[in-house]
Amino acid sequence: MTAPLLKVEDINVFYGSIHAIKGISFEVQEGEIVTLIGANGAGKSTTLNTVAGLLRPRSGEISFMGESLIRTAPNRIVFKGLSLVPEGRRVFLRMTVEENLEMGAYTQPAANLKADLEHVFELFPRLRERRRQIAGTLSGGEQQMLAMGRALMSHPKLIMMDEPSMGLAPILVEQIFDIIGSLHREGATILLVEQNAQAALSVADRAYVLETGRIVLTGTGRELLESDEIRKAYLGA
Amino acid sequence: MNLSTLLAQIINGLQTGSIYALVALGYSMVYGIILLLNFAHGDIIMVGAYVVYYSITRFAFHPLLAVLLAVAASVALGVTVEKVAYTPLRSAPRLSLLITAIGVSFLLENGAQMIFGADTKSMDPIVPGSVAIGSVTISYAAIITIAVSVISMFILTRLVNSTKMGKAMRAVSEDMGAAQLMGISLNKTISFTFAVGSALAGIGSVLYLCAYPQASPTMGSMLGIKAFIAAVLGGIGSIPGAMLGGFIIGLLESLISAVHLSMWKDAVVFVVLIVVLLLKPTGILGHKVQEKV
Repeated sequence: MTAPLLKVEDINVFYGSIHAIKGISFEVQEGEIVTLIGANGAGKSTTLNTVAGLLRPRSGEISFMGESLIRTAPNRIVFKGLSLVPEGRRVFLRMTVEENLEMGAYTQPAANLKADLEHVFELFPRLRERRRQIAGTLSGGEQQMLAMGRALMSHPKLIMMDEPSMGLAPILVEQIFDIIGSLHREGATILLVEQNAQAALSVADRAYVLETGRIVLTGTGRELLESDEIRKAYLGA
Repeated sequence: MNLSTLLAQIINGLQTGSIYALVALGYSMVYGIILLLNFAHGDIIMVGAYVVYYSITRFAFHPLLAVLLAVAASVALGVTVEKVAYTPLRSAPRLSLLITAIGVSFLLENGAQMIFGADTKSMDPIVPGSVAIGSVTISYAAIITIAVSVISMFILTRLVNSTKMGKAMRAVSEDMGAAQLMGISLNKTISFTFAVGSALAGIGSVLYLCAYPQASPTMGSMLGIKAFIAAVLGGIGSIPGAMLGGFIIGLLESLISAVHLSMWKDAVVFVVLIVVLLLKPTGILGHKVQEKV
């Protein structure tokens, strides 16, 4: 195995006195889709926010392409090629679709903007139709597409997605996962956090199962989909 | 009241209104980005006014050089205050920040008193003369003030709507966390906002001196409060709102004076503010509070 793109080693994260992440280690190889699944409050979002630099681990190490991220400011982490699609989308509701995408391209030279916009509009034709519209007027699904498109504008080497299917109708969930699949085929490396374990495990190369701040199980997406334990706990079978 | 008096008063109102508007923009932009009512903002104008006063009376600089110096001093002061007093409180409760701003305001006023003395410093009009159009006399100062304000506001609007830094400012003011995830530096963007707001205050201080050629350590406080009211009236956080609020208050004041009720000027301004806030708590052009889903 080559050196992993992202390597998280034994991180501990606290919210005040609450020990939210208790010594998690995992890694993501280039070109993989890796998913973290688990119930509400298991620490999935906390893990992503810590990798993105919005939270600081009290101990442990996070390295990206061999470089430590522990002391890097969140905005500098984006420059290194790591992009987070945050939970709840958090698009800029008062800005237009195109302005949101421009913000996504903040780390990029202005000369690339046109081509990059074109690429995102090819992936999400809906966004092209609505490019001059204020993002606050988009539907939930469209906002999710915008959040994903915005993250892609920074040419991330690793894109992290926090619950992209949250609050979406089943047909839209399917669409979002189709797009995740096609990004994967284009060679994108994705770290995906999901409560929709079925969908996440179906697209993932490998998965880690989180329970109350610890990794309790790991395997390939297929292995976990077939595991009795997982079927009982997360797939409602 | 005849038509020419009315027109003259409207021009007067536009003149003071545009000064209020420039100062209100600084309040509004800073509030928009870090939710701080920067009560030291008015005092930045006072410092700018002293810079103009001394450049012209003591050093006999050309007025344009005085303007540049006033803007430079205001920007330097505004950014320094932000770095020294506000940045350390970035994640503190907003109330601590507000109290700090009041403290900075006192510091600047008393500092000015110590350095420049408590007396009012008067100077000759910077832009003397006037032009008669029909029966209406318009001072050159009024024409310059209105023109400079409109140009400044136009440039500001372009800056905020069309430049990368301006868009970053809007992104930070809407969602700081998400803005960081785009690679936007909070420190840089917030300092830039203070710099722009203070530059407008610097321009405002020069225009203020064109209208009332005197500087005193406390001159910034009433002007600051009026501009703050303008910002709230227009919808704090909104740039067009601040401009609109400034002009409304300026016009209101001069029209009330025109009907010989100038004693009631401030009271009427406050009554209008209260009525607008009762009808529309976010101000005339204020954003609705976003519901997070």
